[in-house]
Amino acid sequence: MIEVDNIVKAFNGKEVLKGISSTFQKGETNLIIGGSGTGKSVLLKCMIGLVKPDQGRVLYNGRDFYNSDRETQQSIRREMGVLFQGGALFDSKTVEENVRFPLDMLTDQTIEEKQERVLFCLQRVGLEAAAKRMPSEISGGMKKRVGIARAIVMNPMYLFCDEPNSGLDPLTSVKIDELIKEITEEYQITTIIITHDMNSVMEIGQNIFFLYQGNKLWEGLNTEIVKTDVPELKEFLFSNKLLREMEK
Amino acid sequence: MSVIGKYFIFLGTLLGKGEKLAVYWRRLMEECVGIGVSSVFIVAIVSTFIGAVSCIQTAYNLVSPIIPVSTVALIVRDMEILELAPTITCIVLAGKVGSNIASELGTMRITEQIDALEVMGINSASYLVLPKVIAAMITFPMLVIFSAFLGIFGGYLAGTLTGVITERDFLYGIRDSFVPYNIFFMCVKPFVFGFLIASISSFKGFYTEGGALEVGRASTDAVTNSCISILIADYLLAQLLL
Repeated sequence: MIEVDNIVKAFNGKEVLKGISSTFQKGETNLIIGGSGTGKSVLLKCMIGLVKPDQGRVLYNGRDFYNSDRETQQSIRREMGVLFQGGALFDSKTVEENVRFPLDMLTDQTIEEKQERVLFCLQRVGLEAAAKRMPSEISGGMKKRVGIARAIVMNPMYLFCDEPNSGLDPLTSVKIDELIKEITEEYQITTIIITHDMNSVMEIGQNIFFLYQGNKLWEGLNTEIVKTDVPELKEFLFSNKLLREMEK
Repeated sequence: MSVIGKYFIFLGTLLGKGEKLAVYWRRLMEECVGIGVSSVFIVAIVSTFIGAVSCIQTAYNLVSPIIPVSTVALIVRDMEILELAPTITCIVLAGKVGSNIASELGTMRITEQIDALEVMGINSASYLVLPKVIAAMITFPMLVIFSAFLGIFGGYLAGTLTGVITERDFLYGIRDSFVPYNIFFMCVKPFVFGFLIASISSFKGFYTEGGALEVGRASTDAVTNSCISILIADYLLAQLLL
């Protein structure tokens, strides 16, 4: 379980996050949604330790990340898997080396053990055939899947995904969503996904958090979201013609 | 001033808690190849021609019956050892290696590869930059020794083939009044310049923000700042060591 408690963050005097508090449950896909520039990615970066909040706490199973010593922070970090928006694969390494990288750096496993784990993770995302290819030789959807494989290779307790569907066609988006949901349920991970993809909201969003101008305006289940009476959320949800028609 | 302060803090992070020694060894070897071995060709070309040109131009300016012809070789040797091989080679390397380092790290920054290292709990500065700095400090002196040799050889080729100096005079000249300390001085310079080029370029690349335009700017800044720092350090080393 991850708890964020009163997170405040400002850049050059402009408050981007204005006291966000929430709890993200284990074994569930928690979606943070909102328009561009509402602070979703900043919140994610505050949670994973890339941006230090000006105020507030982030608790990982009760351990306060920012008020812990370096050792505790490192151990929490090693329990995290992060899928970055562009995959963030290392250009100079093959797909296989990218997935193996955390094992090489952070474990004392033998080469055979590492290979076995890498193969398992690549099979899990359906990319065992692409193991020897370079990131520049694979498609955007495959990069995301390699990113997922790298994120889960260390058996994380917490999985963070920053816009996993951005730049992907609808079919690939659905596959990525399903993969994340399966992994979350299978390994009982606390998963947090930043998205503004409505399809993800309806398909895999168990708990949904809506951010608007740095504030959390709504929180609830995906079955409840379409019944919302929060005007900003309604505007966000029914921003395209198809959904407006469906609402009618 | 704040940039200089940030640079020194950055240098401090390189020495922070790092990773396994085997990881650094592998990275160091990769960087030695990337920085050193891949620069051999450009260093060879530049050095040979600079040596050749310096021989022809020195001979052109020393047309006097009271100065022995072998002095041309002596001047080529000392120019190569004291200045041309260490300084010009390192300025060339600032362009090649410096821009490469800055653009590599800049691209890694804007594509979130450095963030990916950070969230894994890896000291990204130490993992990415320290091997580059050490590799530059190891390979630059080697490249400069190679450059000095080729520079003098270029001078020999140009001098003897054009007939401005005989082989005998050239060989006499390069052995005349030789000061072994100059070789030590020649090796100290690239050691310092290597550190400056690799650390400044890494600093510029590591803190790149934005997109492709900023990566290009970081690369240009890396080369400019490295060249300026080389010239300042060159002067200071000459004052201190000669």
